[in-house]
Amino acid sequence: MSIESHSPAPAVQNPTQDIIKDGLWRNNPALVQLLGLCPLLAVSGTVVNALGLGIATLLVLIGSNVAVSLIRNHVQDTVRLPAFVMIIASFTTTAELIMQAYAFELYQILGIFIPLIVTNCIILGRAEGFARKNTVWRSLVDGTMMGIGFMGILLLLGIIREVIGQGTLFAGMELMFGPAAVNWKWVIIPDYSQFLFAVLPPGAFVALGLLIAGKNVIDDRQKQRVQKAVDDQPALSRRVRVTGHIH
Amino acid sequence: MSIYTSIRQNAIGLGLFAILTAGVIALTQTMTSERIAENERHYQAKLLYEILPTADADLALLPQQLSQELFGDLALLGVKDGTAYFIDRSTQDVILPAIAPDGYTESIRLLVGISQNGQVKGVRVVSHKETPGLGDRIELKKSPWILQFDGVSISVPAEDAWLVVKDGGAFDQMSGATITPRAVIAAVHRALQFYQQHQAVLLGAQP
Repeated sequence: MSIESHSPAPAVQNPTQDIIKDGLWRNNPALVQLLGLCPLLAVSGTVVNALGLGIATLLVLIGSNVAVSLIRNHVQDTVRLPAFVMIIASFTTTAELIMQAYAFELYQILGIFIPLIVTNCIILGRAEGFARKNTVWRSLVDGTMMGIGFMGILLLLGIIREVIGQGTLFAGMELMFGPAAVNWKWVIIPDYSQFLFAVLPPGAFVALGLLIAGKNVIDDRQKQRVQKAVDDQPALSRRVRVTGHIH
Repeated sequence: MSIYTSIRQNAIGLGLFAILTAGVIALTQTMTSERIAENERHYQAKLLYEILPTADADLALLPQQLSQELFGDLALLGVKDGTAYFIDRSTQDVILPAIAPDGYTESIRLLVGISQNGQVKGVRVVSHKETPGLGDRIELKKSPWILQFDGVSISVPAEDAWLVVKDGGAFDQMSGATITPRAVIAAVHRALQFYQQHQAVLLGAQP
């Protein structure tokens, strides 16, 4: 499965710190694994929508990771994928029903994002790539960090697209935070007529491309710094290696 | 272990697993269905008074029934036999439920308020699963798009103009969403047709 090939290190021995770094940066689901692009591109038009999808994805990712990790020793390897799909589907459906019954207000805000999450391959990707071979606690950390990593990129895209597309920032936050948030809206460019390219998914595609490029530039710079530090080491240590070659 | 034994074992295992997960969903559904229906009724009642702000408490408290016995075919509204509709007795305004089955994902459930002279008093979305940021602008809290139905009737705009502008009609489209507005416009039109055919029966219902 191609999802696994994206994880560079064998996940099993990662200490918690590595899991955190992987989720937030090194193996970020949106920038490196490139998973869940369909909802990411569709729903990052404004900050408020990005936040909604981000929170809903985070919660489902934590839940499904924990559930998959719990049953990891009881499912035959050959049939694990259908079993994971069943877990994720039933977990999402149950969560939706409970939210609808006991948190109707929240459901009206986040409910429309749930159909998008079920199709989000980050969920299955982390079940397959991590939770099935790790303990419940580590899977929980992984789900949380991957979820936050995904939400971070969603929010960044939301900010970029809302500013360029509509000239505003934090419009419609009252949908999520109640009437007090009406005046959070920040008109950055007054009398701005919409820039449709940024509003529609193609704009999101380009913006995501730039973000990925930006991450690669930062990673490259850091690699060069490390390389330079190695090169600049005192000559002594080098000579040892060179003599080693002559023999 | 032969391949047949392993297939059989896996099939039984997966089958049991499917029963378990489906059972969890079924259990949750039976436990929550009543509360969910209650929540939806509350929300719908709120929308009724958004459409007819001056109506009294009876509007929501004394719903009427759309029965096949009285109205024949309910296909124009797309609702089930026995679904509630609402009357404001003082003004004879009616609020009909209508379902747009052809949205982008699931059915879009609407309430269409119609005054005695056949004009739309207002349309609201009760529930939908359209794409956030695109089709979800049929919700009033996200966009004023749905307000353009206020004041239209079966003849204004003309029959062939019940389309979005892009299709040669009279209604605003949404950038990025095509299917959702088409579905809502058609459903409102059908609700008006239903009203025209059944006005006397709708208004004649006993409180």
